[in-house]
Amino acid sequence: MGDCHGCGSSCVPPKQAAMHKLVAIIGPPNSGKSTLFNRLTGLRQKVANFPGVTVEHHTGKADLPGGHDVELVDLPGVYSLHARSEDERVSHDVLHGKMPGLKRPDGVILILDATNLSRHLPLAASVLSLRIPTLVVLNMADDMRQRGGAVDTGALADELGAPVVLASATTGEGVDEVARFLSGGIGVPKPVELPVLQDVPACRQWAREVSREAGYTHPAPPVWTRRLDAVFLHAVWGPLSFVLVVGAVFQTIFTGARPLMGGVEWAVGAAGGLMRAVLPEGVLRSLLVDGVWSGVGAVLVFMPQILLLFLFITVLEDSGYLARAALIADRTMARVGLQGKSFIPLLSAYACAVPAIMATRTIENKRDRIATILIAPFMTCSARLPVYTLIIAAFIPDRQFIGPFVHTRAAALMGLYVLGFAAAVLTARVLKSSILKSERTPFVLEMPPYRVPSWRTVGLRLYDRAMAFLKRAGTVILGVSVVLWALASIPLVDGKAPPIEQSLAGTLGRAIEPLIKPLGFNWKIGIGLVTSLAAREVIVGTLGTIYGMEPDKDSAGLQAALQKDLTFGGAVALLVFFAFAMQCMSTLAVVRRETGGWKWPAVQFAYMGALAWLCALAAYKVFS
Amino acid sequence: MQLSFKNGARANGPASLADLGENEEGTLERIDLPADFAHRLMELGFVPGHAITVAHSAPGGDPRVFRVDGSEIALRRETARHILLRKQ
Ligand SMILES: Nc1nc2c(ncn2[C@@H]2O[C@H](COP(=O)(O)OP(=O)(O)OP(=O)(O)O)[C@@H](O)[C@H]2O)c(=O)[nH]1
Ligand SMILES: [Mg+2]
Repeated sequence: MGDCHGCGSSCVPPKQAAMHKLVAIIGPPNSGKSTLFNRLTGLRQKVANFPGVTVEHHTGKADLPGGHDVELVDLPGVYSLHARSEDERVSHDVLHGKMPGLKRPDGVILILDATNLSRHLPLAASVLSLRIPTLVVLNMADDMRQRGGAVDTGALADELGAPVVLASATTGEGVDEVARFLSGGIGVPKPVELPVLQDVPACRQWAREVSREAGYTHPAPPVWTRRLDAVFLHAVWGPLSFVLVVGAVFQTIFTGARPLMGGVEWAVGAAGGLMRAVLPEGVLRSLLVDGVWSGVGAVLVFMPQILLLFLFITVLEDSGYLARAALIADRTMARVGLQGKSFIPLLSAYACAVPAIMATRTIENKRDRIATILIAPFMTCSARLPVYTLIIAAFIPDRQFIGPFVHTRAAALMGLYVLGFAAAVLTARVLKSSILKSERTPFVLEMPPYRVPSWRTVGLRLYDRAMAFLKRAGTVILGVSVVLWALASIPLVDGKAPPIEQSLAGTLGRAIEPLIKPLGFNWKIGIGLVTSLAAREVIVGTLGTIYGMEPDKDSAGLQAALQKDLTFGGAVALLVFFAFAMQCMSTLAVVRRETGGWKWPAVQFAYMGALAWLCALAAYKVFS
Repeated sequence: MQLSFKNGARANGPASLADLGENEEGTLERIDLPADFAHRLMELGFVPGHAITVAHSAPGGDPRVFRVDGSEIALRRETARHILLRKQ
């Protein structure tokens, strides 16, 4: 033991060895790497309670006392240094200095889950034998202690030949120690010889011995997780509770958000009135009030709903329920030729398709991954929500539907979510039995224990969402509103803006009218469809601007204006169109990046567009 | 001497994980799957000699959650069938 002839950097005296520049955070999936990264850098990488949340490397500067300059890199979780999927390859490449634009790390923070040490020790052996100065962090110390586990970090450090700290990334315990390591305050002990680990059983044997030497007491099984699983995975209660939860979510999106939306609506209206009163009549007032504010304001009203949706998604993700949902869905996914793992990206597509498409990196099978990428945009993303609720509220009367809890509007919204999911599943079926046929890939998913969602995580995620929403309103939607205002103001007639039908915007709208007339849409909706190619919710802003510029606008707002322009059949057709069409530049861009070419995004755009047009036509015919 | 004829158990061969009922336990003998995938399963704790307990399953019975080495891993029946158990 302990011979270290020619072992390179780890033989340098501690003081110098610890002057790190780039430090990689590595460890098994769901061990709390991103939580610790966020703590140390003040950044907000996504944290959630299921394996495979992080799929890319993210760097950030550590916030250290004394101004040490250390860059941290958060990595996807790995079970071993043998990479099998895209996300694992990222960790592998970074660790070996093969990631373009990133040097080989000078230090490693190896995070292990303290509640299950012996299982994760083999990873420690292979990471430590890379001979990069490493700090071993036993995370989830709070959970381990609560369940009666214990470990002697000093003894473990001797066994591993590396410093060990017990920490809890959520409570902050031990984080100071990690910071001390980063700023060079913890010496790296003499390395010990570790087994070369090709043979898993031998390696397990070693891990068991090491944890025994380190006085590791395995914590008691998580009782609550078992109790909750007895309900959520029960043959009857499981699906029933799933339906109840989902029903409650949709109902709350309608009724719970209403007071907040009313508040925002009032504020938007008041601000508009104020601007109208303060500004002198003229081009500027028209631009700001009728153009920009009617567009941006119309979208802002939907912020409470979107935040509420994110609240639910975050709680489901951070509690650990998502992994159970994937388990329950595996049967359905298997029937269409996909695996339960595809379900996790699909669920996150309810928030937004872009991160969902990134999350497909955890799917090892290439063809499964492409199929999942192609169907993800069918899932009802949060950008569709404003469009859906606007049209539903304008055209569907609010009545009791299933008992007093679920009303017709919530049911209609739920129906649209189901419609999107059905389109996704059927498309997967077609793809997997034709161009993307492959061997059935095995499904392996680790079930995380349930955890009480951390309010910090939930709060920060909502805050970030709100900021992203405002940013989008202030850039894309504002920009589109300005352009649209300009197009609607020319050519000048007698030095004044023309009636909107005769403006350039009106002319353009009329030019595409023949294409959409069969679906029951007029030219105003047509302009909205064109602008919504940038992002779906832009149509709401666009309609706000168009109606804002009409001379005979009444104060009843968007809903009343829409009722004049659409029949019931046309409204259903519009909903169906939005359920299926690919109207999102960011999604197309990320599909191109992840599939490495324009082929798949082009296929996706054409297929979804054709499906949207045909189904909207059918819906219009049926409901008129 | 035959232990069970439950779904998929070969009459003479060793029993597999798929033959265990809820809360039953078995000791892993070997994994009869392609090397790469077997390796992944071993990393997750499916190591010969280890005890494996059947926990909950999805409604409908497939996939199932197995308790192994302190964690819970879900596998489909088609995979569990190839994880063979030691004879009692
Ligand atoms: N009780 C407890 N929970 C923790 C601790 N650290 C992280 N968690 C929770 O563990 C879950 C996983 O945390 P992440 O930071 O996303 O884990 P990760 O290692 O980045 O996971 P991947 O990116 O999927 O590899 C989240 O629900 C965290 O809130 C801890 O010290 N104690
Ligand atoms: Mg992470």
